[in-house]
Amino acid sequence: MRELKRLPLYLALTLGGIIFAYPFIWMLFATFKPEMDLTGIGLWSPNMSLDNYRTVLSKIPIGRALLNSMFVSISVTTFVIFFGSIVGYALARLNFVGRELIFAVILFTMVIPFQITLIPMYILMVKFGWVDTYLSLIVPGMINSFGILLFRQFFRDIPQDLIDAARIDGCNEFQILFRIIWPLSKPVLITVGILAFMGSWNDVLWPLLVIRLENLMTMPQMVTLFAIGGQADSQMGVQLAASTLLAAPIIILYSFFQRYFIESMATSGLKN
Amino acid sequence: MKSMLNKMRGEGFSGYVMTLPYVIHFGFFIAFPIGFSLILVFHKWNIITPMEWVGLRNFTRLINDAQFFKAIGNTLIFLAIHIPLQIVIALLLAVGLNQKIRLRGLFRSLYFMPVIVSGVVITIMWRQLFGYETGLLNMLLLKIGLSKIPWINSPGIAMPSIAIMATWKNVGLYVILFLVGLQNIPRYLYEAAELDGAGTWQKFYHITIPALNNTMVLVMTLSTIGGFSLFIEPFVMTGGGPMNSTLSAMLYIYNQAFYFGHMGYSATLGIFFAGIVLIVILIQKKIVERD
Repeated sequence: MRELKRLPLYLALTLGGIIFAYPFIWMLFATFKPEMDLTGIGLWSPNMSLDNYRTVLSKIPIGRALLNSMFVSISVTTFVIFFGSIVGYALARLNFVGRELIFAVILFTMVIPFQITLIPMYILMVKFGWVDTYLSLIVPGMINSFGILLFRQFFRDIPQDLIDAARIDGCNEFQILFRIIWPLSKPVLITVGILAFMGSWNDVLWPLLVIRLENLMTMPQMVTLFAIGGQADSQMGVQLAASTLLAAPIIILYSFFQRYFIESMATSGLKN
Repeated sequence: MKSMLNKMRGEGFSGYVMTLPYVIHFGFFIAFPIGFSLILVFHKWNIITPMEWVGLRNFTRLINDAQFFKAIGNTLIFLAIHIPLQIVIALLLAVGLNQKIRLRGLFRSLYFMPVIVSGVVITIMWRQLFGYETGLLNMLLLKIGLSKIPWINSPGIAMPSIAIMATWKNVGLYVILFLVGLQNIPRYLYEAAELDGAGTWQKFYHITIPALNNTMVLVMTLSTIGGFSLFIEPFVMTGGGPMNSTLSAMLYIYNQAFYFGHMGYSATLGIFFAGIVLIVILIQKKIVERD
């Protein structure tokens, strides 16, 4: 009876679920259809084939782009975690003159809209000779203010006794961080890691600026240029196939680590 | 005594070593670009030939740049549709999910799915959904007896269409933020109100909404920052058309810098636009916090 009273609620939530899920399902099926069968609302077509994927693979080096994206995103994520935890640890647990100043600067930098730094950053890349190299995709993203703040917040709650005991045993601060603190910090490591990975993986604007060589392009960049350029011959099925290849890795990761994704993204709400 | 102990531990020294990476990164990738953009605004430069001092000419050009102000106007139209729509839908879904229901986890992860997928994918997909002749939405409209809508082919409708798409993409994140906010409201507030005979709607209006004030500010700020950086959606969906109706400010700045090679001018636009972003966010904060 109680459940029956909730029927309208279930209907509304299910309708919502369909609105969010159906376009993805439709897109997946569409990638197997010939162009003329793309009309209509339904999923099935009698002429399903892998032709669209074959066309994508023959026109653009998307496999190479996938490797580029993986290399860039994994490097960025590793550096953001590594440097973020080091700086976060120093700000949370070490006393030194200037600590509060650095902390204030980090808070301040989070308020600066990226529109100010975009153009000068590009010029810097040109002057460094980093255009069309991996360096321009990785180095500017190696440190992330928000990551530092999350680490600092988490490390503040670790008992001082643990740190003191390690110091008496002769550990230096790096050993304390990596041997004692890291193993206790899985949640924050995962959160910072997911945020850094997603940010790097989905970024398009920056790669569009600094990479022109096709074999260095990241996957979202290549798919973007493929969709707006002439290469797809405005064939929708082919563009959707390229998009599906771009979406697949993240959706597969998401289906395994859903809870972590949702919780991590929710902490991006703590930003202010 | 304490400072002596610190010295023995070498805490100060370690502190400097450990924060050094940040200081270097800050110097190169934040302080330098900001400083350099302040020089750029007084110059005309295409990166290749030497910089040319132009004084305040970039500013006078900006003030007379009707297309830039149209682009800012377009971006504000986008925000004016996107933000209210997003808050209302996110709040409704969050309140729905906050009931004692089965399959809550499934619904939550479905709503969240577009959040994790690249904007490029979403835009290519919606370009098909928005198609005039055979797009999914128009087929649906015909099926229920309505007429077709020129979603992205008409100057008056294209930007609202992009706002709808952006809402669909981002709303899952805000559902989660509102859910966290809802779960932090103490139960006794509702129980006290029930004793006073308050109905569902009264409880929602007098307890839920005020208690969500902080979340509201957060959602507004985040989606305003996100909305002002609107770029890839019009870039892929419409290229800024039809008739510049979806030309966003970021897309215009991008074109000025990388299509026309006007570095000094686009840096000026960037600073001006960033100022607008900060002002809008501060005003919003004032308004919402007062309520």
